[in-house]
Amino acid sequence: MHPRPYLLLAELTYQCPLHCPYCSNPAKFQRNNELPTNDWLRVIEQAADLGALHVGFSGGEPLQRRDLEQLVAHSRRAGLYSNLITSGIGLDSQRATRLREAGLDAVQISLQSDEAGLADKIAGVKAHELKLKAAGIVREAGFPLTINAVLHRANIERLEQIILLAEKLGADRLELANTQYYGWAFRNRARLLPTRRQIDYALDVAAKARARLAGRLEILFIAPDYYGDRPKPCMNGWGNRFITVNPSGDVLPCPTAGDIPGLRFENVRNQTLQWIWNESDAFNRFRGTAWMPDPCRTCEFREIDFGGCRCQAALITGDAAATDPACSLSPDRRKLLRFVESIQGESPNQFFEDGLVFRQNPG
Amino acid sequence: MPPDETSCPQLARGVRLQTDAKTGDPILLFPEGVLYLSETAQEILCRCDGRKSIGNILDELAAEYEAEAETLRKDVLDCVLDLYQRKLVVV
Repeated sequence: MHPRPYLLLAELTYQCPLHCPYCSNPAKFQRNNELPTNDWLRVIEQAADLGALHVGFSGGEPLQRRDLEQLVAHSRRAGLYSNLITSGIGLDSQRATRLREAGLDAVQISLQSDEAGLADKIAGVKAHELKLKAAGIVREAGFPLTINAVLHRANIERLEQIILLAEKLGADRLELANTQYYGWAFRNRARLLPTRRQIDYALDVAAKARARLAGRLEILFIAPDYYGDRPKPCMNGWGNRFITVNPSGDVLPCPTAGDIPGLRFENVRNQTLQWIWNESDAFNRFRGTAWMPDPCRTCEFREIDFGGCRCQAALITGDAAATDPACSLSPDRRKLLRFVESIQGESPNQFFEDGLVFRQNPG
Repeated sequence: MPPDETSCPQLARGVRLQTDAKTGDPILLFPEGVLYLSETAQEILCRCDGRKSIGNILDELAAEYEAEAETLRKDVLDCVLDLYQRKLVVV
């Protein structure tokens, strides 16, 4: 008996008005082959039948899909709690009202920094002022608002100001998420990874803010696992809680699993979500603990962190079945540490110099 | 102000009370989370409409279930206080 997925992550499109170099969308060439509305409606029903309780509409920028309202309404009928994960670009009050009427439950808006100068430089487009406006529209429409700020070397020293801005925008939750190094972000990791000094500073700022804002604004600080000793319990275990459907209909155990060479993903155009979740090779490959190498297989943490992240193991060691090098027990640990040490002398001022690759849209 | 018998609790913005279709359990859904509820909590929460006071809710529950008044009072106040502290209920 397999576990059930609790969250369907519906990546509706890879099209995005922003070009953030820390994006974890796949960086390789993507054919533009988006699922039509009817396929998404079926995916939503099948996810609810599998036991999902939440659906996250994400991308790319999900507001670029004109059928978003229809998908939200269908999710509501299926009993799913829907969350819109957006840049905010394209959200005016008419659209917010329509989404509200369709039954959307919550909205998350990303910020690149606390002021337009740096934020727009990171996004590669003028977006910051539009995002502030969108946050106001979300509040007026009565949605709970989460602000998400992805942290990296160029903006992490603005953390205090970012927290103040989230407070001013009336957010209920603030996710301070250090960049996850997949997709475009992996390509740019030599520019993006903060120094140890920056991380120590940010941890201190976040802890003080959490104490100051307790009961008013919930603050989550997601530390970069490159600086940790224990790996993250990625996806809470492979094929355990989460199911992702990408814009072309491929079904993945996590949004970045496309980074793993040799895994074949089934598509909702050909198979049911039920079959893919329960029977497919991709979902069973790293389920449970039987696949684990040493030292994971006998480790006391094996059912706590599940050996860490398969995508990170593949990206850094070349073997998706290896222990995540973010674990201090990994035999490949030095590959990660060598990289971490190599950037300690870097300054945020060099961030935008040659070598930074901005995210592009699929052609 | 933490809730007392005169407060009129209601679910916080973006919080939904429903049944888990897979298990039949009452649950609260909110951004990024789910909370499985006891049947007592469900009986309380389905009455939290922002108009009934905790006192009213106590009267309703006392009429419907056989329970010792002081135990019931404590259960209801504890439940609402717990959910209030988690920001799932506002008063």
